[in-house]
Amino acid sequence: MTQYLIRRLLIAIPTLLLISFVVYMILALAPGDPLSQFATNPEVPPEVRESIRHQLGLDQPPTVRYVKWLVSFAQGDWGFSFASRVPVLWLIGTRIKTTLLVIGGAYVLAILIAIPVGIATSVRQYSLFDQIVTTLSFVGFSSPTFFTGVVLIIVFSVTLGWLPMIYDQTTTEPIAMVKQMIMPVVVLALFQAATLSRFVRASMLDNLGQDYVRTARAKGLDENRVVMRHVLRNALFPVVTLVALQLPTVFTGAVVTEQIFRVPGIGALLITSIQSNDTPVVLGIVLIFSVLVVVCTLLSDILYGVLDPRVKYS
Amino acid sequence: MEQTLADTAVQTAAAAPALGQADALAELPERTLWQDAWRRFRKHRMARTGLVVYLLLVTLVLVGPFVWRVNVLDIDFMASNAGPSPVHPLGADDLGRDTLARVLNGGRVSVAVGIAAMVVSITLGSLVGSLSGYFGTWVDIVLMRITEVFLSIPQLPVLLLITYLFRQVFVNALGPNLGVFVMIVSVLGGLNWMSTARLVRAGFLTLREREFVEACRVLGVGHGRIIFRHILPNTLSPIIVAATLAVGSSMIAEATLSFLGLGFPPDFPTWGRLLNDALNYLTINPMMALVPGTMIFLAVLSINFIGDGLRDALDPRRGA
Repeated sequence: MTQYLIRRLLIAIPTLLLISFVVYMILALAPGDPLSQFATNPEVPPEVRESIRHQLGLDQPPTVRYVKWLVSFAQGDWGFSFASRVPVLWLIGTRIKTTLLVIGGAYVLAILIAIPVGIATSVRQYSLFDQIVTTLSFVGFSSPTFFTGVVLIIVFSVTLGWLPMIYDQTTTEPIAMVKQMIMPVVVLALFQAATLSRFVRASMLDNLGQDYVRTARAKGLDENRVVMRHVLRNALFPVVTLVALQLPTVFTGAVVTEQIFRVPGIGALLITSIQSNDTPVVLGIVLIFSVLVVVCTLLSDILYGVLDPRVKYS
Repeated sequence: MEQTLADTAVQTAAAAPALGQADALAELPERTLWQDAWRRFRKHRMARTGLVVYLLLVTLVLVGPFVWRVNVLDIDFMASNAGPSPVHPLGADDLGRDTLARVLNGGRVSVAVGIAAMVVSITLGSLVGSLSGYFGTWVDIVLMRITEVFLSIPQLPVLLLITYLFRQVFVNALGPNLGVFVMIVSVLGGLNWMSTARLVRAGFLTLREREFVEACRVLGVGHGRIIFRHILPNTLSPIIVAATLAVGSSMIAEATLSFLGLGFPPDFPTWGRLLNDALNYLTINPMMALVPGTMIFLAVLSINFIGDGLRDALDPRRGA
């Protein structure tokens, strides 16, 4: 186990380095120029532009800049935003709370919906209920969040006027805070719940056909106990790993949701930073996402072994 | 592993009574693999409906603009944000441009992007998967390492980054519309081939040990011919399913990019772009958002149902 962990970590680190290098090079070699805003400004003579360029270190070759950036990045110095002149880490820190709140809420809600629905549909396979839920979950993961979001806004904000259309971070009133979170959370949660509930159902069905279930029933246990205690516990191993594996997708999915509801999270920050060529911020956010992908993959592999002792690492 | 063993056991048990009817079967007309698959596919009600809906949508966007000949860029301020009327059956946008015409024309782009990006990702995936599975050794190690790195890339952020930063390069080289089209298709395809590569590789790993491949080698057939003529056709079933689903996911990805304002230019309507334009007018003109949104939804839903049906139809182990 320890040996396996070490080997996985040894693979994960070069992968992250490679991704950071690729992303850095994409940014460095792209035709955009963070100083382009000065290029058309007659007040800024070319000499001044060059000295700013030098000051920012932009006159050095990209590989040198990458190494320098990586060293300071590892030390926790993520640089300053070109656009707003504040430290990147601070900027991301102010935004990530909102994102975590929305995403965390959505993911918890998705799991709370998916597990009971998955159990109920597997126990009554091919029943009318199962067929309805199956169709609904197909509808769920076929409707992109930007469409469901827009429909919810039209129904609940425009027509009924129950919920606010735009997320207002400055609100301190608890009721208003909860109200504005409902739609972004529900949109993300429904999409995830659609996929997860299918997975729970499949995993439950796999286990319901096993011999130990027959044994449990033969012992005279009531069906409730067989399903909830015996089958569910075994069926949840792969579900837990999927939950970990899907986490990065939920995070990137938030980029879209934040755009629909104007939530000022890191997804929205990423879009504005890309549009203003704000390299340090873009690098920081993309790197956070990459770390998340690698860590979650690792986590899901390890969780699988911890939860299920039958899994042997080789 | 246990599961597959159990599956086989079930099938052998199910196949046993069928053996008794062998004489009766001999009387039946011959059926090819594809006819068999088609027969199973038709039995799948939702998949059948999906196919009909998808074909209708494609016909609509292909033929529609010839029937409804309103220019997508015709501005009519009198009809700004107008609701449905005989002149504008689905209303008009903020500048009075006809929603029906924009949705029909935009659909062409969305459908084309979906199919083209699928072709790119499936070609790349099949190529990587077959080389990796066939040659094994260091080729396999290197290619699978690359695949894993691509799988670790956070898709959407990198997609946004590349389309934003390299837009100008493509536009300068190929013109504004074709340039963006080629860029989006290649980036979407280039970030979405990994699962296909893994599927194809898995198929190759088992198939390359089979007798018919050995026979090919003995007969002196070249590597290229063994890969593309002998082994690859045998891995078609999973590739076809992956390809169908890739059309849907590429359409969603394109719509996402356009929705975030980083896809096609504003005067070039695609379903995602139209939805993005509508976002500012949701209170006064909900129709403007609902029409393109419903089109994306219907297209993706029908494709997913087709994919589901194909998965059942092309997998002989699932029975008739």
